[in-house]
Amino acid sequence: MFTGLMLNTWITASIVAVIAGMTGFFAVLRGQTFAAHAIPNGAFAGAAGASLLGINVIWGLAVFAVGGALGIGALGSEQRGRKSRNDVVTALALVVMLGLGALFVSISSQYAEETYALLFGEVFGISQGEVLPIAGLGIVAAVAIGVAFRPLMLTSALPEVAAARGLSTRRADLYFLVVMALATSMTVPVVGALLMFSLMIGPAAAARSVTARPGVALALSVAIALATVWFSIALSYRTNWPLGFFVGVAGAVFYLLGQAARGLGASRARPAQ
Amino acid sequence: MHYLFEPGLFGSGPVRTALLVGAVVAITSGVIGVFTVIRGQSFAGHSLADVATTGGSGAFLVGINQFWGFLIAGIAAAALMEGIGVQRRRGRDVATGVVLGAALGAAALFLYLDTQQTSTTGASFTVLFGSIFVISPETVPALIASGIVALITVAVLARVLLFTSLSPDLARARGVHVKVVGIIYLAALAISVSLAAVAIGAVLSTALLIGPAATALRVAKSPVRAMAASALTGLAATWLGIVLAYDSYDWPPYHHGWPVSFFVVALVLVGYLLSYARRPRRRAPRSPHEGAECSPA
Repeated sequence: MFTGLMLNTWITASIVAVIAGMTGFFAVLRGQTFAAHAIPNGAFAGAAGASLLGINVIWGLAVFAVGGALGIGALGSEQRGRKSRNDVVTALALVVMLGLGALFVSISSQYAEETYALLFGEVFGISQGEVLPIAGLGIVAAVAIGVAFRPLMLTSALPEVAAARGLSTRRADLYFLVVMALATSMTVPVVGALLMFSLMIGPAAAARSVTARPGVALALSVAIALATVWFSIALSYRTNWPLGFFVGVAGAVFYLLGQAARGLGASRARPAQ
Repeated sequence: MHYLFEPGLFGSGPVRTALLVGAVVAITSGVIGVFTVIRGQSFAGHSLADVATTGGSGAFLVGINQFWGFLIAGIAAAALMEGIGVQRRRGRDVATGVVLGAALGAAALFLYLDTQQTSTTGASFTVLFGSIFVISPETVPALIASGIVALITVAVLARVLLFTSLSPDLARARGVHVKVVGIIYLAALAISVSLAAVAIGAVLSTALLIGPAATALRVAKSPVRAMAASALTGLAATWLGIVLAYDSYDWPPYHHGWPVSFFVVALVLVGYLLSYARRPRRRAPRSPHEGAECSPA
């Protein structure tokens, strides 16, 4: 379980989990869950376009992910309250990208086998050459979030204070969406568009329901994402069932555990008041 | 005329089925979509389509009719989303995301087991993109019936739904069961969206749910007019999309037709962008209540 190619799997999946735990934390905090679903899914259509043109899949993923992020950011509303409009714009961006994907797939007509891998990932069988770019991207994403940690936190938690200090919520949204898009474009070929979403939302939501302190929640989100991935790889290796199944279920289980823990904490706190 | 309507268009059986089903889906989605957009549940609407297809692949595995699979999955997911979702919108999005994540995981498993049994790889592709031209005639009555059920549910609840959507606190104070209304509404949404997703694919069902409704809400003055405008916009996009897709069999590069979902999505997007072009001229002086009739909070 820990030799040769499997070692690449463990390393890659751990890097992906760290990226997903970090970006997912902000996605949940900023209420951009839908974008976290739409960007990886839409990027998947870009991969179809790239394979049609005969270029590296990464380029198609990157163009579609970043294009989608910019589209969501550009048409979205500046005001926090107008969330329904942001949702509409996200939904439209998603279906436009997937509509183009349907066109690419129907023209190339030999894509169905790759489709499954891009949706659900091909985490076993990662070569040494694929590990390095992912590690590099992981560092870039971590640095990008680390550099903008304070503005991102401030615009998420206290938008009025952020506005008073001259920070644009909209620009922060756009910045974060582009970071998420870049992270997505490298991880989708490895873990799949659907898995990336599960890994971003489940651990972050669980962490947020346990603690309100941002630093602790961020660390916890990364830790839960790592636990989810390790646990899932081990089970997937034993049972031969797809990794995405275990990741999706583990995310939901952690979330429910987090909610239960919060419920317990609240009922214990109440008599003391 | 000849250039738009190819000879033989209306004589073809699949095309007639497509036009009929497209109309049912477009009208149902158009009307329900208005509430979806007002309530800020675009994400839930899209998720239910994805979740329903998970149920479809599960039913295929167990060997029962797919119809039951996606109906059960869709309604169960709707109840879960509303059940564990906090009343705050952001919390609801996270709940939707968690349910969707688990369902997608299950889809991965079902599709894997399906391929073990049948060695077909096209399942995941059909789930996402579907095709309006290959609807089997047996599903048409079920589609029409579910469309009618969803429409009647929403029509009966229309006033209460608008009330709870626009000011949930006031509705609660008047003794409306906001959560029950929410669950019934999501169930109606699940029925219409999931059948649409199975017939024409999750992409198209989301496009028809959100696009026309968002466009209509940007231009129409009242909710009722918005519903009518939304249904008409959706209908126009769907029918024009089907006609264009039929025409495209003669187009380059490969002469086997461009997908309907591409045309419909493109038309829906054009409609939405046109509504942006129109808005500023009508409302030059920004009033403090701008947009209040469409989106709460």
